[in-house]
Amino acid sequence: MKPFDYVRAEDPAAARKAAATAGATFISGGTNLLDLMKLEVMAPDTLVDISRLPLDGIEDHEGGLRIGATVTNSDLAADMRVRRVYPILSRALLAGASGQLRNKATTGGNLLQRTRCPYFYDTDTPCNKRTPGEGCAALGGETRNHAILGTSDHCIALHPSDMAVAMRALGAQVEVEAADGTTKLHEMDDFYRLPGDTPHIETVLQPGDLITAVRLPAPQGDRQVYRKVRDRASYAFALVSVGAVIRMEQGRIAHAGVAFGGLGTKPWRDPEVDALLTGNAPSRELFDEAADTLLRGAKAQDGTEFKLPLARRVLRATLEEATQ
Amino acid sequence: MSLDLKVDGQSEDRAEGYAQGILGTPMDRPDGEAKVTGAATYAADEVPEGCLVGMLVRAPGHGRIEVLNLDEVRNSDGVRAVIRDPRMIRNAAQGTANQAPVQGVDKADYIGQPVALVVAESFETARHAAHSLKLRTDGSPGIVNPEDAEPEGEPDTTTGDLDGAMSSAAHSVDVIYTTASSVSAAMEPHATLAWWDGDRLTVRSALQMLKYNRNELADSLEIDPENVRLLAPFVGGGFGSKLGISADAVAAAIAAKELGRPVQVVQHRRQVFETVTRRSETRQRIRLAADAEGRLSGIGHESLVSNLPGEGFAEPVAQATHFAYGGAHRVIGERLARLNRPAAGSVRAPGEAVGVTAFECAMDELASDVGIDPVELRLRNIPDKDPESGIPFSSHMLERSLREGAERFGWAARDVAPRARREGEWWIGTGMAAAFRVNLMMEAEARIALSPEGAVVETDMTDIGTGTYAILTQIAGEALGLPADRVEVRLGDTTFPPGSGSGGSFGAATTGNAVWLAAQEIRQAIAQRMNCDEADLTLKDGTAICGNESRPIAELLDGGSLNGHGHVTAGDAFSDVRQSTFGAHFAEVAVNDVTGEVRVRRMQGTFACGRILNEKTARSQCHGGMTWGIGMALTEGLTHDRRDGHIVNRDFAEYHMAVNADVPPLDVHLLEERDPWSGPLQAKGLGELGICGAGAAVLNAVHHACGVRVRDMPATPDRVLAGLE
Ligand SMILES: Cc1cc2nc3c(=O)[nH]c(=O)nc-3n(C[C@H](O)[C@H](O)[C@H](O)COP(=O)(O)OP(=O)(O)OC[C@H]3O[C@@H](n4cnc5c(N)ncnc54)[C@H](O)[C@@H]3O)c2cc1C
Repeated sequence: MKPFDYVRAEDPAAARKAAATAGATFISGGTNLLDLMKLEVMAPDTLVDISRLPLDGIEDHEGGLRIGATVTNSDLAADMRVRRVYPILSRALLAGASGQLRNKATTGGNLLQRTRCPYFYDTDTPCNKRTPGEGCAALGGETRNHAILGTSDHCIALHPSDMAVAMRALGAQVEVEAADGTTKLHEMDDFYRLPGDTPHIETVLQPGDLITAVRLPAPQGDRQVYRKVRDRASYAFALVSVGAVIRMEQGRIAHAGVAFGGLGTKPWRDPEVDALLTGNAPSRELFDEAADTLLRGAKAQDGTEFKLPLARRVLRATLEEATQ
Repeated sequence: MSLDLKVDGQSEDRAEGYAQGILGTPMDRPDGEAKVTGAATYAADEVPEGCLVGMLVRAPGHGRIEVLNLDEVRNSDGVRAVIRDPRMIRNAAQGTANQAPVQGVDKADYIGQPVALVVAESFETARHAAHSLKLRTDGSPGIVNPEDAEPEGEPDTTTGDLDGAMSSAAHSVDVIYTTASSVSAAMEPHATLAWWDGDRLTVRSALQMLKYNRNELADSLEIDPENVRLLAPFVGGGFGSKLGISADAVAAAIAAKELGRPVQVVQHRRQVFETVTRRSETRQRIRLAADAEGRLSGIGHESLVSNLPGEGFAEPVAQATHFAYGGAHRVIGERLARLNRPAAGSVRAPGEAVGVTAFECAMDELASDVGIDPVELRLRNIPDKDPESGIPFSSHMLERSLREGAERFGWAARDVAPRARREGEWWIGTGMAAAFRVNLMMEAEARIALSPEGAVVETDMTDIGTGTYAILTQIAGEALGLPADRVEVRLGDTTFPPGSGSGGSFGAATTGNAVWLAAQEIRQAIAQRMNCDEADLTLKDGTAICGNESRPIAELLDGGSLNGHGHVTAGDAFSDVRQSTFGAHFAEVAVNDVTGEVRVRRMQGTFACGRILNEKTARSQCHGGMTWGIGMALTEGLTHDRRDGHIVNRDFAEYHMAVNADVPPLDVHLLEERDPWSGPLQAKGLGELGICGAGAAVLNAVHHACGVRVRDMPATPDRVLAGLE
């Protein structure tokens, strides 16, 4: 681990100020950042510890919820309002990592966790996300936990979060305080960037931007399902996951918010899939068409070919469950 | 004095008549409390004053190594040395090697080979400096995939005409199974603390077999083994990966000498994945020829395994196939592909773990083809003597294992046809497999000192989490008539008599018998003082009883002590008869029709291995083995980059061992048995039997559930799904 300075922020303003210096990075639960620092995949000069900032509350907000950035994954999953009104979020959180990790992991950190591409973790192999322009060892290498949607010739790294998939399905917003103290609100749909030829830039955040909260609107669907397929029963990242928020009216789908994990370079949601479903009566043909739409631009590698049929089957089963 | 025994024939069961009554009981481990409270220290736990920290550096490619910034790193803050010594070892030594493995740092034969040690004042500094070292390699990867190699070796058994038997058989199976490259993944990473006192070296390390390890280390360093003392009182799991010395031990010793200070080297988990020996991937062609009733006429079991050039080990895949079932026409053996991948070696149940598993899957395919119950197929093929050598079995417990296991599991209620039970999205099915594991004995010595306070047992044997402290306490306590709290067992120090070490399931019976013999010697001395025949002597709770006379042992000792020394070696009993342990596995699984995910719902294992020394630690070993079987069948495997052979998934997030949620309630049934050929204790090895075939029961259940035969392990969801579509 490269030597670094450590600053414990006492209030958000101090945090932003400290983080605005070059080479500074926030640390929250540290469950991702510390691993990456030990391997020197990330090597910040300064860590700004935000874990003691008063950002750990979950409040009612405009008919929805405002979830502080340092609320732990465990606390969020256990919150009664979340369990009752946003069960998809609770399920997604509990499908992720392990109990110990969820006790430390936070809302902000989970959104910004880095990919689990093994070549990203291995500093002896080239990676454009780690070192722009170096090349990509995953292409032509061993692929499994890699993306098939949103990829580029420079990067096929998957965004591994479960929580963020549920939040996308719920239409969340990310609340950010910029270095100059102004607050910005980003739609989840615009928060993450596709890799293109700059895979090292993953979100719209600017240096020093502090995530302060995630806002959930009042739920637009009462039928919520999160389904995750993985290589073992617990403690594994998604091969494919589907989160669906559905409202039915008179036998037809009145609202569809469907998001995907294990497939995209970012937590995936495709407006055309939602549009196709909306207004229609559930049927196997409709769900197959939704899968066709979802996968129309998919680009699989040798090791990720299986995700095409798997995504189709899981999408169908999830929608059947949510609409029956 | 010493009581020596070469086990040539059958032994009498003396323990049966003893009075203490602790042998075989589910006694708690005497070291249990120290372990769960953290008081028991492992190799990296004790850091003496002034200790330096070393970090190994891995080769990023193959071929000649050039270091581009050696002086810069050497001179950086807190760094004491960058050592590239030709005595450093390429990979961990093979089990019982007793000499140095391949050495050298100039050239890397595989990616991940340790090629330097950076030593610094702190762990963090050492790690950062190790990371900063810039290395260039010039070599091409060489051959890294088994299918590209020209394999060495020939099958060691070819009798009769298997091709002919196959073509004239009423039923035949000709299939290829593969198992994945895998690692031991012991909880304690490999670590060493080394310090010198003049020419004398002391090493605290994570090792399984000290008497061999001492010679391996001395040979690597080119010093006299007499000058080396090894300590390994507690070892956090080994499973074969600590049979031989690993890179940390040699490097720490070299650095400690050069710098004149104690040096600790702890391997990072990612290094453990590469530098210690893995279990080879296997490709197994299995042929079975049978008559209309399923009686085997021919068996083919030919495997391709791999290892690094220079390594003597080849996974003995078909070790149990040689004696498991009859059939006159046989082609059995392994071929070895030389690959520039990390070295392969013994991992828990080398041979049978993968060999029995694949073979028992093929047997299930035969049962389907013949149309008989898979249990019945096994019963019809149990040989009455070793099918190749013709020697008798010392005991044969397969039939009892199958029958009692089937009874406990409720096998009779099973639907004959696959795809018969469905619960929502889930297909439910059951499967079974037989278990075999050769029984081995090594050489071991132990000593006991009996004083008025109790007995102290000493041997350099290790407890790698298996329960050695417990069973040796019980053995000595039973023979000497002492309750467990008056027996102290001291292990893991080469100044003690050389035990067998832990490996190949032979530790408990081999070293246990040495302790037993040492106790017998003391019994004889006590009998003498009681003026009676040793056979008439009863020892219980510290009292010696003979006829009408009863005297406290403390009184007999008269302030002094009695010493016993036991020495056991394997003799003709291990060649005149075939010794094996036996068992049966049963599993119920659910297979998800949408996703191909498999969940094991319950498992039953019935095992026979002679006398059970401690019912509780024995059961734990079986639980562990069955859990490994689930991992092998469903989740576990190393991914080698096909371009250069390096291990891609080198951490516990991506290398998927079965976790708690993957493991259902495991019912373990231990059969009461004595095997008089296995030595005076009449106990056989047990640490590995539980894994042998366990995965086959799972995969056979997958087939019964959903009709899909997955022949490439692990059966991850994508592989099951490929069959479901
Ligand atoms: C073995 C393992 C298995 C896992 N399995 C899963 C899984 O199955 N599913 C899943 O979804 N996740 C999984 N995770 C990932 C886990 O969810 C993340 O590590 C965790 O959510 C990160 O949160 P943290 O608070 O610890 O983040 P940190 O490690 O502290 O930070 C991560 C990143 O976010 C930045 N950051 C943190 N907070 C803020 C903020 N408020 N504003 C701006 N930047 C911020 C940091 O600078 C850093 O770059 C797993 C992790 C491990 C180690």
